[in-house]
Amino acid sequence: MIRININGRDYDVAAEPDTPLLWVLRDTLGLTGTKYGCGIAQCGACTVLVDGEATRSCQLALENVGSAHIRTIEAIEQDEVGRKLVEAWVEVQVPQCGYCQSGQIMAAAALLSQNPHPTDADIADAMTNLCRCGTYNRIAAAIHHAAA
Amino acid sequence: MNMLLRPSPSQSALPLKSEGITNLSRRRFLGAGAGALVLGALLPALPHRALAQATANTVKPGTRIPAFLIVGRDNSFKLLSPFVEGGQGVSTGQAQMVGEELDVEPSRFVVECAPPGPDYAVIGGLRLTGGSFSTRSSYEVMRRLGATAREMFLRAAAARLDVPASELTTENGVVIHAASGRHVPYGEVAEAALALTPAENVPLRDPKTFRYIRQPLPRLDARDKSTGKAVYAIDQKLDGMLYAAVQHAPHLGTEPVSFANEAAVRAMPGVHGVHRLPGAVAVTADSWFRARKAVETLDVTWTRPEATGLKTVAADYSSEAMLAALKESKAAAVSAEKAGDAAAVFAAATRIVEAEYAAPYLAHAQLEPPSAMARFNPDGTLELWTPNQMPELFQSIAAKTAGLSPEKVILHSPILGGFFGRHFFYGAASPFPQAILLAKETGRPVKVLWSREEEFRMDALRPLSFTRFRAALGADGRPAALEARTVGEGPTGRYFGALFGGPVDGSAVEGLVEKPYAIADRSLDYVKLLHPVTIAFWRSVGHSMNDYFYEGFFDEVADAGGHDPFQLRLDLLKDRRRHLKLLQTVADLSGGWKRGPFDAEGGRRARGVAMASPFGSETATIAEVSLADGQVRVHDIWIAFDPGSIVNPGIIRSQVESAAALGVSTALFEEMVYADGVRQASNFDGYTILGRDHMPRIHVEIVESGEPMGGVGEPGLPGVVAAVVNAVAALTGRHIRTLPLSRTKFNA
Repeated sequence: MIRININGRDYDVAAEPDTPLLWVLRDTLGLTGTKYGCGIAQCGACTVLVDGEATRSCQLALENVGSAHIRTIEAIEQDEVGRKLVEAWVEVQVPQCGYCQSGQIMAAAALLSQNPHPTDADIADAMTNLCRCGTYNRIAAAIHHAAA
Repeated sequence: MNMLLRPSPSQSALPLKSEGITNLSRRRFLGAGAGALVLGALLPALPHRALAQATANTVKPGTRIPAFLIVGRDNSFKLLSPFVEGGQGVSTGQAQMVGEELDVEPSRFVVECAPPGPDYAVIGGLRLTGGSFSTRSSYEVMRRLGATAREMFLRAAAARLDVPASELTTENGVVIHAASGRHVPYGEVAEAALALTPAENVPLRDPKTFRYIRQPLPRLDARDKSTGKAVYAIDQKLDGMLYAAVQHAPHLGTEPVSFANEAAVRAMPGVHGVHRLPGAVAVTADSWFRARKAVETLDVTWTRPEATGLKTVAADYSSEAMLAALKESKAAAVSAEKAGDAAAVFAAATRIVEAEYAAPYLAHAQLEPPSAMARFNPDGTLELWTPNQMPELFQSIAAKTAGLSPEKVILHSPILGGFFGRHFFYGAASPFPQAILLAKETGRPVKVLWSREEEFRMDALRPLSFTRFRAALGADGRPAALEARTVGEGPTGRYFGALFGGPVDGSAVEGLVEKPYAIADRSLDYVKLLHPVTIAFWRSVGHSMNDYFYEGFFDEVADAGGHDPFQLRLDLLKDRRRHLKLLQTVADLSGGWKRGPFDAEGGRRARGVAMASPFGSETATIAEVSLADGQVRVHDIWIAFDPGSIVNPGIIRSQVESAAALGVSTALFEEMVYADGVRQASNFDGYTILGRDHMPRIHVEIVESGEPMGGVGEPGLPGVVAAVVNAVAALTGRHIRTLPLSRTKFNA
């Protein structure tokens, strides 16, 4: 058993230590808001917050989570930044297929927590997740909207 | 690889006609025969006469209200949509169309993809989500459905209140008797209302009074998709379910022979079983990660592919060799379009421009990897959850795979994490037959999920394509005659060939034919040459490459004749008001046409223009590019988009933006290369798609010409590719005849 803290709650997980956090979240804990896209940290669909840092959970082994506080999209509306982001995403009508948007919002939450008023360049640096529907411009607009 | 059922000509007399559809290039696709495909899939066991009778006597698609509308006693509204939502916003549009006439605010609807059934075959007797058909094909049908249902609620409320229906009005799901101040929510009389016989010819609202249609209403799914609550196929789970991971044959068409380490793999943690499948092996386990680890540990010996040749994916198959075969083909062509006497013009011409254009195989690369979940129920039914764009066909194939009759297959069609044409049935490119076979073998519910690597290995591809052009220039430097010879294969021919088996594959030539330009003498020829690989519909299909070919060549002709490409388009479209208006609109949107090169921040830039007429809509596009480190950068895309008439301008804008992004992605980066019989990219590190760092600004203006409603999801794409390439030509003097542009090194 390995104990991890997800969205403020402790879980004892019976899985191999090398199991990526992504699959613990999705298949063991049923937190399916975090998505599998590529498994090699290219696309960012699996982005979660690890002690506030945007992290690709497909590349974080269960054994390396330790005592970190993990936050997933399921807890996005539990703070002000997250609530603002969700409202902005809806206001700007960002999602199309929506599959990448959990990861996008988590990356945006990390950005705004560290930099409440990011420039376009800051957004470009921080927001590297892929979106096959090409919603990048609306994502940037929504981040500005949430930061306003 | 063809679809399973080949209706004979005698099946073609269906009493269904397509409503509100105008699409010249796909007219045949929507012909009466189309219905036979789905009905044939639904009722494969019936002889032809019985089939025709069943069609005539049972259901007229889009008319049985209870098949579409579920109204709760609490006045909740659920709409069962003929279409699957995959990002294109179709669910919201359906709610707008029904809600407008039913008099219920669209935001109150929960919209789900309907189960298989003849009620939903609203595209000229066919049901599919694709071809940018959904909204335009169902516009009249869904409005009429809403209006007919509203009239039933009025009648039921009249009976309840014991007043004449003529004294009643409605407001947002409530019947109102103003004289007595009494109100009856629809939900309170829903049971009685939906049991009534629908009235014929209920009048539709005057479009001048629309409150929801033509408004940029927010998407119904935006909040769920912004909070992780939206449920995709990959997110679903059943009690007692096994997870399955697969390893496909490295060469398409080969089979597993033996395993070197089966005992060791079976002993891995959580492993339930090791399985052989057609063209693949699978491991079932108690978690997907364990199944995947095990299946990738499995040491499989496969049968050997053919050594060479293009009939199969041979050991030496390569995209390069395939392209060479397309180029070298000397086969006799069939005519896809002919006007005037091009041969005579060429014979007398003093100046001839020639060029060969090619475009690569493309993957869909939708972000949600395919999955399928199958369960055999105690009552003898098979329940299946899987991404699909054609429920009745998937149901039929699932039934065949399971050895059941189609009505024993309960198919669920979850929202799609992107599709772009990915989820039609392409044989081995779909995971659901594997889920069925594994559920049967294990006696347990099974969920198959393909890793991204397996998806890149098995995805059906936009076909690699080739066209050779010639233009004869007149004394005025304008094109007097144009010839094109395109060689290859399109998905319509492969998957619908039995139905639309004419000599010309529309999906191979669309974008080359039916152009609006006044070129009197022209000849467009098609040579069919089959690909051994699995090919696919891919966002904007034949237009995705052919409009690039044609419009790229157009600029070569303009340059050769000493004409500005924008002006030459104006000249050759002088009798086409709709196209002229679009050209003018896109020029204005971009601040006035200027080709450049011109100086701008960060270096020289130039612009290119392109037109396209995909899926019943019209587009004019301008792109602005520069070079950085020898590679193309796209800064701005301006698109004037005319879909004739509209339902949701907000969603249209989003779709055009999205199509433009995909167009830029394919212009700059994308190609799936075969070498030694295998695909060279297995994940996003090898198959580059557009990221934020290359995303241009996109400016969209919607023009409503009032022409019949065209498609929205796909048409924004083709013009973008050509406009980018034409901008590069303006900047560098080089007309790039093969994509992606990242293959070409430019001198800054």
